[in-house]
Formats: sequence, structure tokens, C-alpha cells
Amino acid sequence: MEITLAISIGIVFGSGIWLILRPRTFQLITGLLLMSYAVNLFIFAMGRLAVDKPPITPSLPIDPTQFADPLPQALVLTAIVIGFATTALFLVMMIGARGLSGSDHVNGEEPRP
Amino acid sequence: MSALPWIQHLVIVPVLLPLIVGALLIPINQTRYGLKFALGIGSGLLLWVVSVALLLMADGEHWPAGIGVYLASNWAAPFGIALVVDRLTAMMLVLTSTIALAVLVFSARRWDRVGVSFHSLFQFMLMGLNGAFLTHDLFNLFVFFEVMLAASYGLVLHGYNLRRIQAGMQYIAVNLVASLLFLIGVSLIYTASGTLNIADLAGRAPALGAQDAWLLQIGATVMALAFLTKGAMWPLGFWLPTTYASASAPVGAMLVLMTKVGVYAVLRVWLAVFGAEAGGMSHFGLAALTAGGMATLLFGAIGMLSSQDGGRMAGFAAIISSGTLMAVIGHSGTAVLAAGLYYLLGSTLAMAAFMLLIELTERIRPPGSAMLALTMEAFAVEDKPEDPVGVGIPGTFTFLGLSFVVCALVISGMPPLAGFVAKFSLFHALLAASPEAVPWTTWLLIALMVVGGLAAIIALMRLGVRIFWASGVVKSPPLQVTEAASIGGLVALCMALTVQSGAVFDFLGRTTEGLLRSQDYPQRVLGEQPVQRVPQTEVPR
Repeated sequence: MEITLAISIGIVFGSGIWLILRPRTFQLITGLLLMSYAVNLFIFAMGRLAVDKPPITPSLPIDPTQFADPLPQALVLTAIVIGFATTALFLVMMIGARGLSGSDHVNGEEPRP
Repeated sequence: MSALPWIQHLVIVPVLLPLIVGALLIPINQTRYGLKFALGIGSGLLLWVVSVALLLMADGEHWPAGIGVYLASNWAAPFGIALVVDRLTAMMLVLTSTIALAVLVFSARRWDRVGVSFHSLFQFMLMGLNGAFLTHDLFNLFVFFEVMLAASYGLVLHGYNLRRIQAGMQYIAVNLVASLLFLIGVSLIYTASGTLNIADLAGRAPALGAQDAWLLQIGATVMALAFLTKGAMWPLGFWLPTTYASASAPVGAMLVLMTKVGVYAVLRVWLAVFGAEAGGMSHFGLAALTAGGMATLLFGAIGMLSSQDGGRMAGFAAIISSGTLMAVIGHSGTAVLAAGLYYLLGSTLAMAAFMLLIELTERIRPPGSAMLALTMEAFAVEDKPEDPVGVGIPGTFTFLGLSFVVCALVISGMPPLAGFVAKFSLFHALLAASPEAVPWTTWLLIALMVVGGLAAIIALMRLGVRIFWASGVVKSPPLQVTEAASIGGLVALCMALTVQSGAVFDFLGRTTEGLLRSQDYPQRVLGEQPVQRVPQTEVPR
């Protein structure tokens, strides 16, 4: 399970890196989104992978081995919200740039041939 | 009932106050400039008072070991988020609120009207800055970084034009990627150590097994990359000059402060986690930090010489200052660190004043003259100034010129002002740190700092000559009282810093001593007990 997840995170993150190096704003923002997905999965995996274990205990006595670590799940929730908000902000700016410059190139102007 | 004395709650005021004021400002109509400005400046003044109070409390005997701990929501330390005030935090808070006040006064007449929500964004940015200085939890630090950055994205675009959008695009993209790196670093640190509280991490780090220690080091390195992107270390700081040059003047002055947040975060985490007590991991990565700092210095010096307009020059000056600080942090030792912090104070104040000044000097030159000056220099065109014989120097010119001289002297580190005191004490401390044989890296660092200063003075002199002597304008530019007051205030502070350098150095000595006693932090932060609720006495029937 670990190796599958690691490879998938790597593929998603790698695709993201490739996309943010592309010249168009749409590619840039897609790349940023992919990278933030990969990072969220990464944070999640950092709490150790476990199948079918609840993060919150319903009853006493508490046996820590029976539960998943709840903290990374809380962190990933915060990271998703913040990443979503900043990406949305960036999207607004990109629309502004498109309107003002008439180009969707990341430099705000079409490259001169 | 809470048993916490009210004065303890001052610790969280620098976060809560801008949040509340910023939120209040949003529904107020855009056209009510006066009211918005009054609220903003009121919040700024109150923040300044609170910061000074915190400074006095941290420096006095109010808290044991000079470390004040505030447990948010009354949760004990490693489980809840602890806010920590020590002398360094308090000093940064005072610096932030001072510059914020100056910037707010500066923007009173013009800048807060060119776009929407200037004051709200400004308050949110202050909240992020203050929170980043106060928090002692890595993930919370990430959250405050994002608050600060989100506000700065809006502010960089303030006064929307094509140039700002082009610069903003790079700035936002780079910082979004840096935030992702921050998250990767934080989660690696968590998985290695099982904690995110800096003090708790510092306590646990020496006891980690080899594999976990390895993970911790990788995590810290990735996180440091995010900090150093904000702090503009070479080659991570390429976005900075363009952003600075295109941002509006008040925003530029705040961005200067933001680069210092990156440096502050590195300093805070490294001193706590990789200090002298960290066993095998002590001083991890410091050599890389020194090398990176020196590369940054060189990059800044070259960039400074190659730039033509004031904004870019200020950006490269900020890079030089960051580079110096990083290289200095790499050298541990009380005296070096104290001198570095003094340099931080002086250069930040001067750079903020310089950013504001640049905008005013643009008004001196008639439109199009920037182009003219450039071509004149490139082609050595003989220009024939029509000398107006007997015309006195107008008051505005004198003020701008003198302020420019002060800023240039502090930024380049020439005598007699704060920059020189800072550099001289840095050299002294660096040489004194290794009494028998001074390593070549130290000599290299000193040489680079001298070269950086030289490059700065050449570039600034050229700019000054072009603005004030060769502009060919006799009519004094329009200048508002508020603008003059804010720049004058910052310049006066630079001078006061020089005159009072003895007292400042005493304080910084205590600051660094406290910082280097890193075992105090786990003791104070983890030892802080949540307030017990007083049980309600049973009412006898």
C-alpha cells in the first residue's frame, strides 16, 4: 500500500511540476492544483497508513494502536481549505491579467518571435 | 472564572486586534476614507502601544526567563497552540507596528484611495505578520504565513495596472509553490518527531533515532526552503526585485518587512531545534546557510549596480540585507547574533523609508525623463543644463535629498549612521568569534559585506545624482505633510538607533543570551499550566 501511494503521489506531483513550467496560465494553475493534491495526500500519508481504523475513540479504555493518528487529518483539512482559497485568489488574478493584457501567457504578454 | 491576569491577554492582542479591525473595515463604504483611515491608524497606534508593553514585559522581570507563554483556548502546550513572547518576538512586533504606522500615515492622502479594501488588507497583513512572530507551533506558523501572503497578494495588486499584474503573477505563483514546500516540510517533521510545537520539538530532537533524525533534517531543510523563498535567498529570490519595483510604495515598504519574516522563522526554528544542545544535529545546515547568504549578498550587489530605477534598486538592497543576515545567522555566537539583529533593525527601517522616498522622487522628474536619463548615460550625451543662477534650494528638495542621504548611508553601511555601527560590530564580532585563526570563510564574508556596501553606495549615489542634480527641474514637487512626516519619522528613528546604539546593544545582548539558552524554552512552554476553573461552590439549600 505504501509503495502504491508513494508512486501515485510522485506521479501527481511530477505532473504538477511539469505543468507549472509551461507558459500558459491555465497550465500553471492546473499544475498548482495537482501539486497541492499531491501535498495533501502526502500529509495524510505522514500519519502512517492504516486500514479501517477510526481517528476518534468512541469509548474507554483507549488503546492507541487501534486508532489512526487524527492530527494529520486535521492538518490536511486546514491545508485543503487554505490551498483552495489561495488558488481561487490566483484564479481571480489570472482572469484580471487575461482581461488587461489580452494574453494568457504567464509573462502577461505574448512572446516575441 | 478565569484566574489569568488581564495583562497576560496582551499577548494575543497583536493577532486579534487587526483581525477585528480588518473585518470591521470591510462593510464600510469605500468613499468614507476618513473613517477607514481613522480605524486603521487607531488599530496601528494601539498595536504599537501593546507591542511596546510586551517589549517592556519581556525585558523586565514580568515573566521567568523573559519568556511569556500564552496558551490559546487554555490548552496545555503540545496539544494546543502556544504563543510565545520573548525579547526577539517583542522587538519584531515593535518594528512591525512602527513601520506599519509610518506606512499608514504615508498612504493617508493618496494610496488608500487608488484601490479597494486597502485598509482591510493592510490589517490582515499585520495580523499575519504578528501571528508569525508570536506563534510557537509550526503548522500555526504556516497558517499565519498564508494569512500574511494572501493579504500581500491583494496589496501587491493594489492600484491595479498591467505592470503590477505581471509582477503579481510571478510573485503569487512562486509563493504558492513555497507554501506547498512548507507543508511537505511540516508533515515530515511531524512524522519524524510526533510534534509540531517548536519547544517540544527542541526537547525531543536530541533523543530521536538515526532514521527519524534523518527525516527531521530533511523536513527542516524543505521547510527552510519555504522560509528562504520569502527571505529571498539566492537563487530563490529572483521574484523579489520585479515585485518590489512594481508594487505601490506603501506596499513595498511592508514587503521589506516580509523578507525579514523569512529570516526570523529560520532563526527561531534553527536556534531552538538545532542549537548547541541538539547533540549530533547541532548546527545542522548552518554552513549551507552561510554559503547561501554569501551568494545572496553577491547577487544583490551585482543586481544593485545593474539596476536603473529606484524600485529595483531597493529590491536588490533588500536582497543584500537578507543575504547578510542569513550569512550571519550561520555563524553562531552571542555577539555576532546581537550585531546581526542590530543590522536587521537599522536596515529594515532605512529600507522602508527608502521605498517610500522612491515614490516621492518619481514626482520630481517630469514624465519621460527616466528614459532620457538612461539614454544619456548609455550614449554619454552632453547635456546642457540651463543653470538657474541664484535659485535657492526649495524646502521639499532639501527634505527629500537629506532623507535620501540618510537612507543611502544606512543601507550601504557608511559612517556615521546605524548601518556603519551595525557592520563594524558585525566585523568585530566575526573576528572575535575565532580568536586564534580566522577561517577563510569569515574573511570572504567580510569582503563580500564590504563589496556589497560599496556596490550599494555607488548605485545609490548614481541614483541620487540623477534624481536631485541632473533632473533639471527647479520646481519643487508636490509633497503632502503626511508623507513628509512618515519618512521623517523613519529617518529620525534610524538616527536615534545610532545615537542610542549602546542601549540598543545592551538589549540585543540580553535578547541573544535568552535565545541561546535554548533549554529555557521547553521548560517554560511545556511547563505552562492551563488555568484551572474555580469550581462553583455548592449553594447550601
